[in-house]
Amino acid sequence: MPGITREEVAHLARLARLELKPEELDHFAGQLDDIIGAVARVSEVADQDVPPTSHPLPLTNVMRADEVRPSLTPEQALSGAPAQEQQRFKVPQILGEE
Amino acid sequence: MTATTTPELLSYEDALATYDPVMGLEVHVELGTKTKMFCGCSTELKQDANSQTCPTCLGLPGALPVVNETGVESAVKIGLALNCSIAEWCRFARKNYFYPDMPKNFQTSQYDEPIAFDGYLDVQLEDGEVFRVEIERAHMEEDTGKSTHVGGATGRIHGAQHSLLDYNRAGIPLIEIVTKPIVGAGERAPEVAKAYVAELREVIRALGVSEARMEQGQMRCDVNLSLMPKGSEKFGTRSETKNVNSLRSVERAARFEIQRHAAVLSSGGSIVQETRHFHEDEGTTTSGRVKEEAEDYRYFPEPDLVPVAPPREWVEQLRAGLPELPLAQRNRLIAEWGISAHDMQSIRNAGAIAPIVATIEAGADAASARKWWMGELARSANEQGVDLAALPITPVQVARVSELVAKGDLNDKLARQVIDGVLKGEGTPDEVVDKRGLKVVSDEGALSAAVDEAIAGNAGIVAKIQSGKVAAAGALVGAVMKATRGQADAARVKELILEKLGVSEG
Ligand SMILES: [Zn+2]
Repeated sequence: MPGITREEVAHLARLARLELKPEELDHFAGQLDDIIGAVARVSEVADQDVPPTSHPLPLTNVMRADEVRPSLTPEQALSGAPAQEQQRFKVPQILGEE
Repeated sequence: MTATTTPELLSYEDALATYDPVMGLEVHVELGTKTKMFCGCSTELKQDANSQTCPTCLGLPGALPVVNETGVESAVKIGLALNCSIAEWCRFARKNYFYPDMPKNFQTSQYDEPIAFDGYLDVQLEDGEVFRVEIERAHMEEDTGKSTHVGGATGRIHGAQHSLLDYNRAGIPLIEIVTKPIVGAGERAPEVAKAYVAELREVIRALGVSEARMEQGQMRCDVNLSLMPKGSEKFGTRSETKNVNSLRSVERAARFEIQRHAAVLSSGGSIVQETRHFHEDEGTTTSGRVKEEAEDYRYFPEPDLVPVAPPREWVEQLRAGLPELPLAQRNRLIAEWGISAHDMQSIRNAGAIAPIVATIEAGADAASARKWWMGELARSANEQGVDLAALPITPVQVARVSELVAKGDLNDKLARQVIDGVLKGEGTPDEVVDKRGLKVVSDEGALSAAVDEAIAGNAGIVAKIQSGKVAAAGALVGAVMKATRGQADAARVKELILEKLGVSEG
């Protein structure tokens, strides 16, 4: 089982816009390694004849008719927002976008 | 090397003499469903920000998405119309990225299991030539919210800028249609790109799955372009010009990128794989962000949704119910109306096919339906800068005008006045006829008197006619029409004149 490198952790952190200190990179590399190792044990149990699955229930085509249901009011929708302005969610400007 | 705001360009001719363009077009179509893709929120897009959201489309913990049946049906219809195979079984996937336009922090999309794949669309260029564009895939996904960036445009103070998010649009069903690399179009590549988007838009409208109004963002195109040296088969590095939102812009963006790539490559530089922004006003592109790799999106199957497995009988039912597609319709109409491919292209460019067809269905004959829509009405739409379909006159009303002309109640000149009245909101054609008192003078006595008067007052012309120059009768017809304020039937007037002078036509 190849280990997770600190470069990979740094890359993931960048994608998630997380700022990590150098010592944290090593710390999380070890932790992610443990997690992936634990999950990988599933493939030891599952044999070749068990197909990979993304859902526990053997269902397909669960759909709803195209009928409008009531939405939240703007007040309700914004009730959990840390900040708002002009009835909109207010978020910090995302870096890397002009 | 320093970055410049206006990139160097090679002339289009020089670029094409050295390189072959390769294009990939990605078109997003917003479906016209009543509700969003995974929740029952309306897609009506009220101005009222954040008034069409719910726990699902806001990505609140514990909310569960459920697929919109009509969204899937529309996707299958689009796939079938594009000659695609329809997946027997496919899943949604999470496309993870950190940007606040999706409150969930991911977009629900499809990754390696699109609902439709491996198709083609035949597109027709201005001169009538047909070019086949291969389709890679069409997949289902959802639209993002709308962000407004506020503050700090100048004098950027760190932390002073912020964005405001309205999630009314987040979750509206989108179908993304991706072509295979388009090679071999050569200098016509920009024209092919435009023709493809035009043909696709007509297909989408014919299917009735979206109005596909580009100016309203219901259809948006990304133009991927690269160059390879002539004779080579190895694709170059591509740029992706995002959100090119009119047919004309698609053509201009492709052309600009060909010239820009050629300038970079022929001076020994290399193309950076990046997204670029198209600027409508200047017709140029500028650098956006460096493209993330697909693996950076960390796609994985969406665990909250079960797979979609369109039953084969249902797919066949949808296939059987497909309408006639635009290219086939145009070819049929060319034959039925007995017009040239060039005439059809003019009618198509004017957006007049549907109104003419509807006018014929309402009882008009093909020639007069074409005449009114391509003449008087096209002029009026042009003057006002609107689509033909936006004119305040219906095909049924145009058919009525045409009927009044056929019955002899109106002549062309009066009919134009009737149309003018309808366009000015004076009512239906019959109401305009009544209000303006427009009727062909069919009282033979009055007409006969007017003809006699014209003959008496134009001895010279009469002599000409009697010496065999029948064409000179036109001047007398004109005199009678003037005397009757245009309300006479010109053909009948001519008959009367010749009759009275004892001359026979031809
Ligand atoms: Zn919702």
